[in-house]
Amino acid sequence: MEYLEFTIIALIKVVVIVIAVLTGCAYLTLAERRIVALFQQRVGPNLAGPFGLLQPMADAVKMIFKEDIRPAQAEGWFYNLAPVITFLPALLIFTVIPFGDTITLFGYETDMILSDMNIGVLFFFAVTSLSIYGILLAGWSSGSKYSLMGGLRASAQMISYEVAYGLSLVGVLLLAQTLSLQELVAQQDGFWGMYVWKQPLGFMIFFICAVAETNRSPFDLAEAESELVAGFHTEYSSMRFGTFFIGEYAAMIGVGAIATTIFFGGWRAPFEFLEFIPPILWFASKVAVFMFIYIWLRATLPRFRYDQLMNFGWKMLFPLALLNTMVTAGVRLWLK
Amino acid sequence: MNELKIKSSSDDYVVLTRESKAVPDPGVWGMLRTTVVAIPIGFITVFKHLFRKSVTIEYPFKKRPMFPRFRGLHYLERYEDGTERCVCCGLCAAACPADAIYMEPMENDKGERLAKVYEINMIRCIFCGFCEEACPEEAIFLGQEYEFAADSRDAFIYGKEKLLVTHPRPETTLKQMWRKVRRAF
Repeated sequence: MEYLEFTIIALIKVVVIVIAVLTGCAYLTLAERRIVALFQQRVGPNLAGPFGLLQPMADAVKMIFKEDIRPAQAEGWFYNLAPVITFLPALLIFTVIPFGDTITLFGYETDMILSDMNIGVLFFFAVTSLSIYGILLAGWSSGSKYSLMGGLRASAQMISYEVAYGLSLVGVLLLAQTLSLQELVAQQDGFWGMYVWKQPLGFMIFFICAVAETNRSPFDLAEAESELVAGFHTEYSSMRFGTFFIGEYAAMIGVGAIATTIFFGGWRAPFEFLEFIPPILWFASKVAVFMFIYIWLRATLPRFRYDQLMNFGWKMLFPLALLNTMVTAGVRLWLK
Repeated sequence: MNELKIKSSSDDYVVLTRESKAVPDPGVWGMLRTTVVAIPIGFITVFKHLFRKSVTIEYPFKKRPMFPRFRGLHYLERYEDGTERCVCCGLCAAACPADAIYMEPMENDKGERLAKVYEINMIRCIFCGFCEEACPEEAIFLGQEYEFAADSRDAFIYGKEKLLVTHPRPETTLKQMWRKVRRAF
C-alpha cells in the first residue's frame, strides 16, 4: 500500500512538472521574441490573441503539421535519436530541483521535489553534460557539412567550459558540505544568507558556463545562423527540430532553476516579512529574472569566435574557478 | 609594425602579408578590462533601449502618410459637370516609356472626342509619371493609392471604369495645383 501511494504521488509530481516545464518553454519562446523586440525597438509577435499570448500554440501547431524531411545521407536512427538525447537531459534536471516547502497532498505529506537525492548537484552535472551528445550526434548523423561543423564546434566548446563549470560550484559545496539541493536551500537564510554573497566569483563563472552549456548567445557557436545556416539542426524539420528547440529552452529554465537554488536561496523568500508569498511564486520569479538575463545577453553580445571561446574558457574561466576553489578552501580551513 | 608589405613570391603574382597580426592579442589583462569595463557599458546601453518607443508602424492597421508627390495608382479626372477630361489624344501613350497605355477613341452625340477604351497595364507601368506630364487636358494623375495587389495578370489591366474618378471630387491635390502653376509659364 505504501508503494502504491508513493508511486501515485510521484506520478502526479512528474506530470505536473513536465506540463509546467513545457508550458514554461512555450511561453519563454514568446517572452524571448517580445523582449528581444523591445530591446531592438520593434513590436514582436502581438497578433495571435491578446498581446500575442496564443503565439506558442500557433507555433506548436505549425511545427507538428509541417513535413518531416529526412535527408538521404542521414545516418540510421542516430538521426532520430539525437533530438531526444538533447531534450531528455534538460527535463531530467527538474527531478532534483526543490520547488517549495513540504505540502500536504490528499492527506499525505510530501516535499515539492521529485527526488531529494543526496547527490543532487552531481546528478545535475552528470545529466546536463549528456545533452551535448545529442548535438554531436545530430551534427554527425545529418550528413551535412554545416551540421558537422556545428557538432564539431559543440564538442570543442564543451571541452573548454566544462572544467570551469564543474569547479565553479566546488566553492559553494566546500562551504555547504552537502550535495543535496534541498539542504542547500535550507542553509540559505534570508537575503544575506544567499550563497551568491559568499561566492560571487563562483556564481559569475557558473552563469557564464551555463550560458555556454545551453548553447545560447553569445556562445551559440554550434548554431551560428550567420555562418552555419543553423548548425547542428540544419537538416532537422518539423517536430524533430521542435524537440531540439524545446530542449534548448527547457535547459535554459533548468539551469536558471539550478542557479536560483544554489546561489539565490531557491524557493525561500529573501526577507521574513515577504514570506506570505507562496514559495513556488518566489521560485518562479527568481527563475524569470534569470531568463530575462539570458535574453538580455542575447540582445547585447555578439557571438564569440571559435578560438576566442577556447581562450576565454581555458585562460580565464578555468584559472579563476581554480583560484576561487583554492581561496574558499583556504578560508574554510582557516576559519575552522 | 602593422604596415602591408608586398612580397613577390614569383614573377606572376605578389602576396600581401602583414608583419604582425592585424588584431593584437589582448592578453589576460586586456580581456579582463573588456569584461569589467566594456561589457557592462554595453549591457546598460541595451537596457536603456528597452524603454524607448518602438519604431514599427503596424502596417495593415496603421499606414504611413504618403508624400504629396508620391506616384501611386493612376486616376482619370472629370470636369466639374461630370464629363471626362480625357480626349483620347494618345500623348500619354506616346510618352509612356513602358508602353503600358492602350486606347481607342470614339465620339459622343455632341461630336466630342473621348476614349472608348482606355487601359493601363499596371504590371508594365513603372509609375514614372510621364503620362501625367504629357497630358494636355489635365486628365490623368498618379494618386496616393498603392495597395492594388491581385492574384491574376488580367486583374492588373485597369480599364476606364476603374480609372475614372467618381464625380464630384472637390478636393484639389497639391499636384494639380503645381500643374496649374507650371502651365502658366
